[in-house]
Amino acid sequence: MDIQTVAQIINFLAAMVLLTAFGMLVQRRIYGLIHLFAWQGLFLSVSTAIVGYAAGRPHLYISSVLTLTLKVILLPYILNALIHKLKIRKEIETVVNVPLTMLIGIALVIFSYSLTAPVREMSTLVTRSILAIALATVMIGLLMMITRRHAVTQIIGFLAMENGLFFAATSATYGMPLVVELGVAIDILIAAFIFGIFFFHINTTFDSLDVEQMARLKEGE
Amino acid sequence: MPLLILLVVPLFAAVVLAFVGDRKYAPEINIAGSAATFLAGIALALDVYNNGPMLAGNKFFFVDAFNVYLAVLTSFVSMTTAIFSRRYMRREREHGRVGHWGMRFYHAMFQLFIFAMFLCLLTNNIGVLWIAMELATLSTVLLVSLYRTPTAIEAAWKYFILCGVGIAQALFGTVLLYFAAEKVLGEGGEALLWTNLIQSSGKLEPTILSLAFVFLMVGYGTKVGLVPLHNWLPDAHSEGPTPISAVLSGLLLNIALYALVRCKAIVDGSTHTHYAGNIMMGFGIISILVAAFSLLRQKDIKRMFSYSSIEHMGIATFAFGLGGPIATYGALLHMLVHSLAKSSIFFTVGHASQMHRTQDMDKIKGLIRGKPLVGWGMMFGAMAIVGMPPFGIFTSEFLILTATIKDAPLMTPFLLLGLAVAFAAVFRKVQPMVAGEIPPYQKSMKVAHLPMLLHMAIVLAVGLYMPGFLNQWFHKAVQILK
Repeated sequence: MDIQTVAQIINFLAAMVLLTAFGMLVQRRIYGLIHLFAWQGLFLSVSTAIVGYAAGRPHLYISSVLTLTLKVILLPYILNALIHKLKIRKEIETVVNVPLTMLIGIALVIFSYSLTAPVREMSTLVTRSILAIALATVMIGLLMMITRRHAVTQIIGFLAMENGLFFAATSATYGMPLVVELGVAIDILIAAFIFGIFFFHINTTFDSLDVEQMARLKEGE
Repeated sequence: MPLLILLVVPLFAAVVLAFVGDRKYAPEINIAGSAATFLAGIALALDVYNNGPMLAGNKFFFVDAFNVYLAVLTSFVSMTTAIFSRRYMRREREHGRVGHWGMRFYHAMFQLFIFAMFLCLLTNNIGVLWIAMELATLSTVLLVSLYRTPTAIEAAWKYFILCGVGIAQALFGTVLLYFAAEKVLGEGGEALLWTNLIQSSGKLEPTILSLAFVFLMVGYGTKVGLVPLHNWLPDAHSEGPTPISAVLSGLLLNIALYALVRCKAIVDGSTHTHYAGNIMMGFGIISILVAAFSLLRQKDIKRMFSYSSIEHMGIATFAFGLGGPIATYGALLHMLVHSLAKSSIFFTVGHASQMHRTQDMDKIKGLIRGKPLVGWGMMFGAMAIVGMPPFGIFTSEFLILTATIKDAPLMTPFLLLGLAVAFAAVFRKVQPMVAGEIPPYQKSMKVAHLPMLLHMAIVLAVGLYMPGFLNQWFHKAVQILK
């Protein structure tokens, strides 16, 4: 494959990652949300492998396999199992004001492009143009956590942010050193364990996973 | 060798305690583990004191005057907190607030948290630093929700989500830093080492580093508890068990600030301006003001003192941002005395709230008559924390104020206003609690003397007379951060 083709494939995958991020921003059904998250992980994993091939960095293959097992298979499986066990309704919440959320999302993409402009200018890598998309994915994950009120949605937003960060590491520098990537993966696993416990706690204490009910701690009660 | 002990003992103790569980001698194992860590910390400090900075484990670890003093502080406070929590947690168990599994969990996670903090401090790799910071968050999340009350779960969730988001920003900053460093230092682990980054900071691309610092500031600043990223802090501190409030306030905030200060040194070295320092000063002064005025409105005793932590972290951040030998010296001293005084206050607060079975300040009364040690302990703690002479916090705040008048005179009125408001607020709240008659519902109980007295004695001693070795230590650290 020549470098042009590789760049095009990578850019296409990056666009798909961004698209799934927007999809998650407006998805109302909880299973749909998990599916989208798994798809995002898959695009991420494939693009990492391609970058690894094109740049001749074998350690990116390890990262790619790690993403595949963790974010495409393991985490969606855990989330599905938890949802089944906690008997959460399929329609979880109505998203307030979809058009407005979308507009903010678009603004975030533009903001990311302007913010990462100096990095793009300096970089000589094939992947330089996708750093902005990675940052936008992080920002959209953040937006999702702010605008959505369900514990599961917030966690998926959190994991989507993590996806964006991983993407950023691949695109800016062909991945962080392996020690760091392994450490991050372990941290995500522990986090998954902890939010699993939390879903049970929240569900038994508040009778639902709606975070809106958690508003007792306020200033000057 | 001491370095290895420092890291292995807490990890080993965590595993042992996970198996020992709720047995009678679990608190003693916890204390023994922490005491061994403290001895190793002292040994490491002596090593660095005599032989200068050192690299170990294939450059994976790095110890100099700056982080070794924080390591000793961390091991000391974790030891005294372990001693305090022996009585405290036993009583909580008797009252049925924690169950069998809760106790197992508490001890194991306490040690794991200590391990994560040491890894943060001693590692030479900023990627590993990030991982350890995340581990420190994760190990304390479930500790904050230990009581399983709705408010405790809410506080822990908030802590988990906000610090998770914050620290994700820090990872993005780290990626950008690595991107800039890789061009100069070559790829692979070498480009993430403090020692290499500091040496070649002049060659790193300034625009990228300025961008990276914004993300690092937001990320680690969330963990330091700086306004406007502080929302999780009062909740987590007020809802978790008191020993955890003591270590969160006294240690974890310091560690996050440590990470930020190291990053600042690299960024300022690259940009040759005062860019990073200015950002830190801004965050610092806003934190001081907002926290000082929030202090006035508090009703919950632990919540009030956690706002005081935000204020003091603001002061230290401001001073590090200001830079210069006097301010940096003041900030280093401030980190030390604040963490000692604040953890001591949380010990007395824990006893006081157990004696009254409430955290509501209106219901806590007559502490001096009921239990003089707790009453006077809180009184002196409050005097120390608001910066009355002759306590050590007066010295550090005085140094910082002097440097501010000299280098950033425009900031002086704001700093003074914050300090004055905090002074008035803390005194107005503490005075009725310690004075007055004993209310009928107050119950007397055994207290842990040693941790309180030891901490206050050191804070007082540092205020009266600065020992030579500590002075020299701080001067070396100031040299490093110049």
